[in-house]
Amino acid sequence: MEQQYVNDLTPYERLELIRHKDRPTIKDYIPLIFDEFIEMHGDRYFGDDRAIIGGIASIKGIPVTVIAEVKGRNINENKESNFAMPHPEGYRKALRLAKQAEKFHRPVICFIDTPGAFCGVDAEKRGQGEAIARNLMEFMRLKTPVVSVVLGEGGSGGALALGVCDELAVLENALYCVISPRGFASILWKDASREKEAASIMKITAEDMLKLGVAEQIIPEPFGGAQNDVGQTAENIQDFLYKTITEKLKIDIDVLLNERYTKFRKIGEFTEM
Amino acid sequence: MLEDLFNVVKTRFNGTIHEESNEKPEKPIEIPKDLVFKCPRCLNVIMTDELVKNMKVCPCCGYNSRITAEERISITADKGSFREFDKNMTSKNPIDFPDYEAKQIALREKTGLSDAVVTGECTIRGERCVIGVMDSRYMMASMGSVVGEKITRAFEYATENKLPVILFTASGGARMQEGIVSLMQMAKTSGAVARHSDAGLLYITVMTDPTTGGVTASFASLGDIIIAEPKVLIGFAGRRVIEGTIKQRLPDDFQTAEFMLEHGFVDMIVDRKLMRRTIAHILKLHKNPSGEEIG
Repeated sequence: MEQQYVNDLTPYERLELIRHKDRPTIKDYIPLIFDEFIEMHGDRYFGDDRAIIGGIASIKGIPVTVIAEVKGRNINENKESNFAMPHPEGYRKALRLAKQAEKFHRPVICFIDTPGAFCGVDAEKRGQGEAIARNLMEFMRLKTPVVSVVLGEGGSGGALALGVCDELAVLENALYCVISPRGFASILWKDASREKEAASIMKITAEDMLKLGVAEQIIPEPFGGAQNDVGQTAENIQDFLYKTITEKLKIDIDVLLNERYTKFRKIGEFTEM
Repeated sequence: MLEDLFNVVKTRFNGTIHEESNEKPEKPIEIPKDLVFKCPRCLNVIMTDELVKNMKVCPCCGYNSRITAEERISITADKGSFREFDKNMTSKNPIDFPDYEAKQIALREKTGLSDAVVTGECTIRGERCVIGVMDSRYMMASMGSVVGEKITRAFEYATENKLPVILFTASGGARMQEGIVSLMQMAKTSGAVARHSDAGLLYITVMTDPTTGGVTASFASLGDIIIAEPKVLIGFAGRRVIEGTIKQRLPDDFQTAEFMLEHGFVDMIVDRKLMRRTIAHILKLHKNPSGEEIG
């Protein structure tokens, strides 16, 4: 997993790359990374949100729970998965499966790939804010290892709801941001067309995530991007996951929970005079 | 004939202007901005004096308007009991956002605040607790490093000292100028709430105007008991964003305290005038019969 070259794409070029229709999605990766994936549906309260897929599988013999945000590979898939923008029931399904994993001592693997949580009337009525908040709190104290990977877009609270973990990896060209560059430009400059400028100052690349202490690992992509060799990218993701999970499973759970808390606890830049 | 009619009107009109300007040119009456308050809910205009006498609650519709952290503490805590935490904590510029420091300096001078939240310890009708109040005058009380750190420390202090926490939330959401670092504050604060909760301690959220975005999607929604002030704005996504998505105008009561109550996301709506009494009562009910804090 050594980095062969320096990624010299600008943040905006990476944004275009990860939004490209050829960018592999979780549906491409699951059969390459896991054996015998069994999908589980529904949050047991309201419905089944197709923007988040979940289930159980094994990775090189280790049983795991998989939770992932789903981008479509074509317009029909995107309609079904709501362009990877989950509703509250998606986050509640994720939490249900995470709690199930805790019960059976399975590690949880989350894949982040969303422009953000869905913004709509029904999402508000069913408590989008509450659903995300609940996940942040419950994942923080989930008594089993949690590992997350940003596959493409990691947008806002909708991404973080699957991002409270023991270790976060970001694919080389993937981005993680407080809000989409478009939203950033629209809020701060009241001009969404300044998206490119926003992307360049927001510090959203994988390298930025390492520097800011948000991520622990960068998973390399083949030259030119993941779409050029899905098999190789999947192998790189699998290597990272297997190595990390076996490491985390050896750590006493109370120690692991303390480390998880500390990982987030230390993020923030302030002075006291 | 029709033209004549217009001429008559024209003459009359010009004449009138002329007459008036011969007397005294009248300027439009200027009302100093701080003399009156236009209620954003019922649109009635009220004299500020009247509003202040009414604890800044609109006398026409009952909207609990925005107040400063200082005002909130003075109407909530027992007189002289408040002791502030981390008074001088100020933010750095984690993503080197242009002019962020200058903006902060100007706001600090204008508001006397170090950032968007004031935290500390106090008693409320004799009941000891940790209190935090967000102040919307400071960058719409958006959450960056300082808000995240102060809230987290307040919970950690409360966990260590077995104290309940009362937070008055108000926020536009995550602070864009701090990028991903501000997003991470959502996880950090929620983690601190989890630890406080695991220790069996009480956390009351009071949602005030406006509680939105990343604050709704983290500690504000995690109270054991969630109270909202009447008619305040509570939601996750911005109204304009949703209207843009669905291409329709949303009803007026969308994302209000009342809307949230109807959909099951707040326990009760309490008017500001009864807030101190309600909180004190809840705090008393969370002590065991020997008078000890439960937990």
